[in-house]
Amino acid sequence: MLNIELDFKSPDVCIVHVSGVLTKDNIDKIYSSVKKLKQTSLVFIELECSKVTLLDNAGALLLVDLIAFHTQQKSSATLTNLDKSFQSMLIFARKNLRQKISLKSNKSSSIVTFTNNLGASVISPIDSFILFLSFFGETFAQFFRLMLKPWLFRIKATIAHIEKSGAKALPIVALTSFLVGLVIAYQGAGQLAKFGANIFIVDMVSISVFRELAPLITAIVIAGRSASSYTAEIGTMKITEEIDAMRTMGFDPVRFLVLPRVMALVISMPLIVFFADIVGVFGGMIVADSQLGISFHEFIIRARDVVEIKHLMIGLIKAPFFGLLIALIGCFRGFQVTGSTESIGHYTTISVVNAIFWVIACNAIISVVLTEVGI
Amino acid sequence: MSPLIKVRDVVTRFGDKLVHDGVSIDIKEGEVYGILGGSGSGKSTLMREIIMLQDFHGGSIEVMGKQIKNISYADSMELKKNWAMLFQFGALYSSLNVIENVSIPLVEYTKLPAQMIEQIALSKLKMSGLKEEATYLFPSELSGGMKKRVALARALAMEPKIIFLDEPTSGLDPVSAENFDRLIRELASLLKLTVVMVTHDLHTIEHVLDKFCIIHEKKILFEGTREEALASENYVVREFLKV
Repeated sequence: MLNIELDFKSPDVCIVHVSGVLTKDNIDKIYSSVKKLKQTSLVFIELECSKVTLLDNAGALLLVDLIAFHTQQKSSATLTNLDKSFQSMLIFARKNLRQKISLKSNKSSSIVTFTNNLGASVISPIDSFILFLSFFGETFAQFFRLMLKPWLFRIKATIAHIEKSGAKALPIVALTSFLVGLVIAYQGAGQLAKFGANIFIVDMVSISVFRELAPLITAIVIAGRSASSYTAEIGTMKITEEIDAMRTMGFDPVRFLVLPRVMALVISMPLIVFFADIVGVFGGMIVADSQLGISFHEFIIRARDVVEIKHLMIGLIKAPFFGLLIALIGCFRGFQVTGSTESIGHYTTISVVNAIFWVIACNAIISVVLTEVGI
Repeated sequence: MSPLIKVRDVVTRFGDKLVHDGVSIDIKEGEVYGILGGSGSGKSTLMREIIMLQDFHGGSIEVMGKQIKNISYADSMELKKNWAMLFQFGALYSSLNVIENVSIPLVEYTKLPAQMIEQIALSKLKMSGLKEEATYLFPSELSGGMKKRVALARALAMEPKIIFLDEPTSGLDPVSAENFDRLIRELASLLKLTVVMVTHDLHTIEHVLDKFCIIHEKKILFEGTREEALASENYVVREFLKV
């Protein structure tokens, strides 16, 4: 129970009777009265505390703050009759009273803020691109240095990453490319059947899966899986100062962390894409068989006759470049992590978004260029 | 008076590795109690078991009259409001700034107005000796020692009955460490706090602790005051006090 009574002897003389339990759990009940006391200008204020039965640090702080406030206002403020056992609490609270410091506000006008933000959002992608290029260059320089001393290459780590980012991605890649093969065949089947051009399902499914869909789907899945994990791994190592430890020992982080990851994806991407080709076309074959009456046998014969090997090769050649892009972006963003754990989440998000965007953009460029030159 | 924390025959295993083999200690109200032991002897583990961060495999732990094995949700919340932990590296919330870190338990658990909470938080920060300029910084901008002070302020925010400290003075310079020790002593006597700490610091052992236990080879080798330890014949006990 907590009670406060304001006994105004005259407009500027007030005796405040505080009684009961004065702790953090209930001082909110008297806070409005305390606030009122701070707003009225008084010459004399006395806090009469004989009936306070329990006082904790928060309660003591409230009393001390009130006294300090009125003392500052040049009014005479006293605290009386507080039980002796609480005196030390009061002294401790007084010793530790700290007023809010006024921060130097550097708020500028909204137009300035707006132009500042606009400028920053234009500059920052450029900055980040330049940083990325220099990171790319550093990785390449290390790569060529390693070419001269190949025994320094971290083969074990590379193989571990091939397993983690490549082999373990096979089930999810299989599922997605199977479904995509199935869906495009399904959608195509209805249209082709209208023209009686059933057999062209083979060309359509094979070429689109080999050339575009399998590499793209694989790259997107791998970007989601591995770009994020690379950023998070390297970012965490940065926060825990592991990277600094490596630098002081002369272990170049690019050689130890980046190259194994980059090489792992460059090596495993074509293999995964080849696997995705098989599963994707298989998805199409099932639809061709069930919807258009083209048996597996017919499908394969037709494919051998009309689908040129170059379509497969184009898809497979794109794959290592996608791998390079994904691994580089993942690692690059990882090294940008600073300070807090929140920044890991921030850069992981950015790295996945960047990796997926750049894969799609590069794929579009390659697609247009190749079609223009007639391959 | 029955002890505030009663640990009885606790057995802990990590996989096949036995960490505690029947550990029993008593911590009384108002005591400043140290858990000592070599690296890897399971001091921090024991502390984590007391505050329900880690499960144990045998025996019982009772805190403020409540068995913490199979404790009800309401009881566990009650306990959690009455104790606070100062982690070795602060464990501040990185998305909140210093004063928000200290305020958050008050914001969540009391109905105090924002102004009052700010006032309390500022006072706790002063108590723990943090410089005023650091009030609005984020944890990533603080040094290790500053993080520790903020963490102490946060631990004190709810005015807990028991405060757990994991190596409170590690990473502080000798002067700060001594101030920290003095502060803990002062708080313990003033706020009638029970303090349980894991420590290696000889100065802390000598000047702050009322009583301590030494965990050695999975068991409690010694429990008692420093004077009793000094009088002990046991070589390992004396080794701990470097005498």
